[in-house]
Amino acid sequence: MLDLDSLQERFGNEITESSFRDNRRIVVPSDKVYFVLEQLWREWGFDMLVEMTAADYLEYPGATDRFGVMYVLLNTTTGERVIIKTHLNLPDPELPSVFPLWHSADWLEREIFDMFGIKFEGHPDLRRILMPEEFTAFPLRKDYPLKGRGERHNFPVITRAES
Amino acid sequence: MAVGLPENLFLTKLDAAASWARSNSLWPMPFATACCGIELMATAASRHDMARFGAEVMRFSPRQCDLLIVAGRVVMKMLPVLQRIWLQMPEPKWCISMGACACTGGVFDTYAVVQGVDRFIPVDMYVPGCPPRPEQLLAALIEMQEKIMRTGTLTGREFAGRTKSNGPPPFDLDEVRRSQEAVGVPGLDIYTPPEIQLGNAGKLN
Amino acid sequence: MPLTLADTLPTEANEREYLWTLNFGPQHPATHTTLRLILTLDGEKMVDCVPHIGYLHSGFEKLGEHLDFNQYVTIVDRMNYISPVANEIAWHHAVEKLIGVELTPRCKYLRTILAELMRLHDHLLNVGTAALDLGAFTAFLYGFQQRENIYDLVEYASGQRFHASYTRVGGVLFDVNDAWVERVRKFVKEMPATLREIDGLLTRNRIFIDRTKGIGVLTKADAISWGATGPLARASGVVRDLRRDEPYLAYPDLDFQVICSEAGDCYARFLCRMREMWESLKILEQAIENIPGGPVNIDANTDAVLPAKPAVYRSIEGLIQHFEVLMPNRGYDVPSEEIYAATESPNGELGFYIVGDGNVRAYRARTRPPSYIHFAMLPHMIRGYQLSDLVAILGSINIIAAELDR
Repeated sequence: MLDLDSLQERFGNEITESSFRDNRRIVVPSDKVYFVLEQLWREWGFDMLVEMTAADYLEYPGATDRFGVMYVLLNTTTGERVIIKTHLNLPDPELPSVFPLWHSADWLEREIFDMFGIKFEGHPDLRRILMPEEFTAFPLRKDYPLKGRGERHNFPVITRAES
Repeated sequence: MAVGLPENLFLTKLDAAASWARSNSLWPMPFATACCGIELMATAASRHDMARFGAEVMRFSPRQCDLLIVAGRVVMKMLPVLQRIWLQMPEPKWCISMGACACTGGVFDTYAVVQGVDRFIPVDMYVPGCPPRPEQLLAALIEMQEKIMRTGTLTGREFAGRTKSNGPPPFDLDEVRRSQEAVGVPGLDIYTPPEIQLGNAGKLN
Repeated sequence: MPLTLADTLPTEANEREYLWTLNFGPQHPATHTTLRLILTLDGEKMVDCVPHIGYLHSGFEKLGEHLDFNQYVTIVDRMNYISPVANEIAWHHAVEKLIGVELTPRCKYLRTILAELMRLHDHLLNVGTAALDLGAFTAFLYGFQQRENIYDLVEYASGQRFHASYTRVGGVLFDVNDAWVERVRKFVKEMPATLREIDGLLTRNRIFIDRTKGIGVLTKADAISWGATGPLARASGVVRDLRRDEPYLAYPDLDFQVICSEAGDCYARFLCRMREMWESLKILEQAIENIPGGPVNIDANTDAVLPAKPAVYRSIEGLIQHFEVLMPNRGYDVPSEEIYAATESPNGELGFYIVGDGNVRAYRARTRPPSYIHFAMLPHMIRGYQLSDLVAILGSINIIAAELDR
């Protein structure tokens, strides 16, 4: 069972813990997140990155930071889960890639880059994955409208005469 | 048989014979992207059996097909592929738009989904439903056969009449309003409709 | 000067000329869905592959931020469209965990039955199409016959044969009657015959074994590192099943086994799926016999669940209750919290990360799609195999495009 004290001892008191239902969350400042994750991977046996996602807190009541990035880790031997959360801000949201620790971070990080524009330093192949290459916006940001900005109608029309 | 033909002969027009042959040996090109694709599979599989209508020969190369079945939503990244497949199919060719998403975008009124494939390629038959039951698709296939029987000619003259996409215009007023909302233009309440060439909306072949 | 070995080896330049590139998809029969691979081939051997996805990206997660918890179920349905109700169960599992709703025993059993029916639904199609790609058409037709029976069961319960939209927060749309239970019982009796038929067609089929055994091997360490879950991970020796490890619904009461294998190849995945279907039948049998009576929805007075339709149309209390739930700013008491909750869907761990802001719609509704995570490891799995093995591997990892791209 992961205990917070040893993490705080090593990485300072900015690391806080909270829990909700059966979820256990540890909030880590963004400059230390890679080292904390590496520690969890190396010493606490969290060998699977189950899920990695982000959220845009632009319209969230009482939020102070723009983006949150969550890592859901799992220890496949003991079944223990922990969620590591970190916050990022504009204009240049960037995190170190965790691809060296868990291979599943490959596409998860690409998706976050595609949807939120958060860059991952050290990622082997950081390209757009779901949207077309020439797309310029980041669709899951809260300032992007649900129905888009008309990109979906920007195609040539093929008529019977042409086909 | 007033003219006294032998009983194994009958008279018909060449146009009708060609249409009859075409309508009863449709080779579908299943452009199956999403859920409707599974119902398309169900239509071809044991219980519903599309072979009863001569359309079981699914070919995945557009060069061999004459009926495009767009089953499922088509998104921005996929639309150029769909157009290319349509252009690759040889004449005479027809298109069935299967399911709410292919017809209108359905529940997916989002940034990525094309709001109806008929904006960008010609469509002959729409099948509503999300997804349509296999029976509905079979009904559409039978309708399609009747349409081919009705309109077909040996030389393909009928295609000259269908010169334009017969769906809604690719750029409609509603869409302009939405895109204005989207970029957050101030003064949306004093909205004035922009001038738009309406194309040939609603013009049927 | 004599030639050394280094001179005869290909340099980097002529090696690049020697390899050639093949485009696979996005419209190809063996992909079943809309995905595209750029393969690099050395003769017929696959050297590398770059998957391109997003050909069905429809903005599910953006829609989840604009629809409330009951409305979004119609969208979630369309995510993994070969086992729709399993998605609904996963979504409402997460929502109910966020709100803090405890289901009634009958609802727990009912959802368990549906989840297991969906597991059969998925595995039948997957086994059928995996064999179809290798040239065996009959197993697909046998499987589809039983899938139609499952469609009938879902239609009988919910009114829609494909996308049922059956679950609601704190319950389901309609309660089922005894006739439905009887139909499921009949189905459970008939299903083993089909399974035996498919088994007889494939399991000891020489061609099928030659095409799948030793192909697409995924080791246990790789499976964990790439985040594999579900039958794919269990076939590689990762003994993990959320139904057993983090029990939800009625699974703690039921007796079943977690099917595992150590080989990690396509054949092991096929066998795992076949055995899992037998386990599902076992679960179904127990759940059908023990389904408790009583109400299926939680008590309507707690303001969290939609009342039954007859009550809405015929009584003023029901109508008021209906509007209480549907009106904005009324209804559930949603905490401003975040939660990750997962269920064992047929394809693997299907989780939802929901951020609640006190509103009846999610502030952020993230899906953890198993297909997406499994497809990321495809380049790793196919290296060194023949081109014709690609369809066997693709078939065995069961990629569903709508879940892949969302």
